[in-house]
Amino acid sequence: MKSRFIALPAGLVLAISSLTAQTAEVQVAVAANFTAPMQKIAAEFAKDTGHKALLSFGATGKLYAQIKNGAPFQVFLAADDKTPARLETEGDTVPGSRFTYAIGTLVLWSAKPGFVDDQGEVLKKSEFKHLAITNPKTAPYGAAAIATLTQFGLLDSLQSKFVTGENVSQTYQFIFTGNAELGFVALSQVMVDGQLTGGSAWIVPADLHDPIRQDAVILANGKDQPAAQALVDYLKSEKAKVIIKSYGYAL
Amino acid sequence: MLSEVDLAAVWLTFKLASLTTAILMVVGTPIAWWLARTRSKWKGVIGAVVALPLVLPPTVLGFYLLIALGPHGPVGQLTQSLGWGVLPFTFAGLVVASVFYSLPFVVQPLQQAFEAIGPRPLEVAATLRASPWDAFFTVVLPLAKPGFITAAILGFAHTVGEFGVVLMIGGNIPEKTRVVSVQIYDHVEALEYAEAHVLAGGMLLFSFLVLLALYSRKGTNAWK
Repeated sequence: MKSRFIALPAGLVLAISSLTAQTAEVQVAVAANFTAPMQKIAAEFAKDTGHKALLSFGATGKLYAQIKNGAPFQVFLAADDKTPARLETEGDTVPGSRFTYAIGTLVLWSAKPGFVDDQGEVLKKSEFKHLAITNPKTAPYGAAAIATLTQFGLLDSLQSKFVTGENVSQTYQFIFTGNAELGFVALSQVMVDGQLTGGSAWIVPADLHDPIRQDAVILANGKDQPAAQALVDYLKSEKAKVIIKSYGYAL
Repeated sequence: MLSEVDLAAVWLTFKLASLTTAILMVVGTPIAWWLARTRSKWKGVIGAVVALPLVLPPTVLGFYLLIALGPHGPVGQLTQSLGWGVLPFTFAGLVVASVFYSLPFVVQPLQQAFEAIGPRPLEVAATLRASPWDAFFTVVLPLAKPGFITAAILGFAHTVGEFGVVLMIGGNIPEKTRVVSVQIYDHVEALEYAEAHVLAGGMLLFSFLVLLALYSRKGTNAWK
């Protein structure tokens, strides 16, 4: 009789704790270029593990500033490898949790079909008014675009045609609306399931610029949080890798 | 203390705000006058359209301006057929956007100033054989002067503080569309916090002094 009274609360506690473990939430800061694949991964993650990933998208530099100033993010998926490394040396991460989750592919894209050829010769012809790039000071895709133009010897002649987006989403918007005839964006923005979503594109060969290594890290807030660890494990799983590659990232 | 790029942004912002304010005083005065005097059923509609930028997020305004002014948009088609090209990524484009964005800040104080004057002084002027234009310039303008000052100050200050719209249609081009607020954003993004502080602190001080001047004027309600 006595033991049953003890067993009941013990069972309740167990049931409640397993319930909370099942519905745990993890707050994730995600670089803008990884928006589409991350939404898909988060949906699959919820289905497979029961954990819920709350995603905040933004430019890596802004997310860094928010993290430094007390944002409640537990996992950070950056657009570069420098920012997570910096957070690590500053002691804002779980040591040893940093890893490369995707390698970005740069693409020269136009919303007009047939405008961009598959060799990037369109850049030399210079028959356009605006070339959209992303701020090279803050965005690795911008730095890669500058490196590519430098390799072509076109940086000086094309500089006056630059319009600069603050992140790749804005650069995409400039091109999508036709205000810039073409520009450098992330392949992930114009590719779904291995197919170009529209317009014309030249996939910039990876040897023209430094690899766009995108690193993720568990932040100090995510320490000993099972949902944060589960998400990181999930990002490394084959299932997530298939999704990541389908958006044009290398791995 | 300020780099060359920062100074260029400050100068550009000053030019943009001055030009926008000048245009708004010319465009806003007849709109405010009409709103203050009309009995038309359209008064509510026009008043609401003028006030939209007060409540809309700048991203909405910026997004629609980008589409409307772009090569496939109605305004873009028009400017292209006139041989002017398209407006986004140009200083002229920023001026157009700023005029929309700051419109209520100029029209509303003017409208309230005109309404406060009422029809009586104009009727008196008419009995003294003043033409409507004559009456407007010799009677209404002097009476509404505090309203004009308020409108100009608010229009200027609000344009200086513009960010979201400029970010969306400006393209961040040095000396053409990179205004102070965008430059601050760039500094913060690049983790150049010291440079950001100089400009951001300057902006804060400027805005406070402008509002202080506005609210400290003797004997006048700030909105009239």
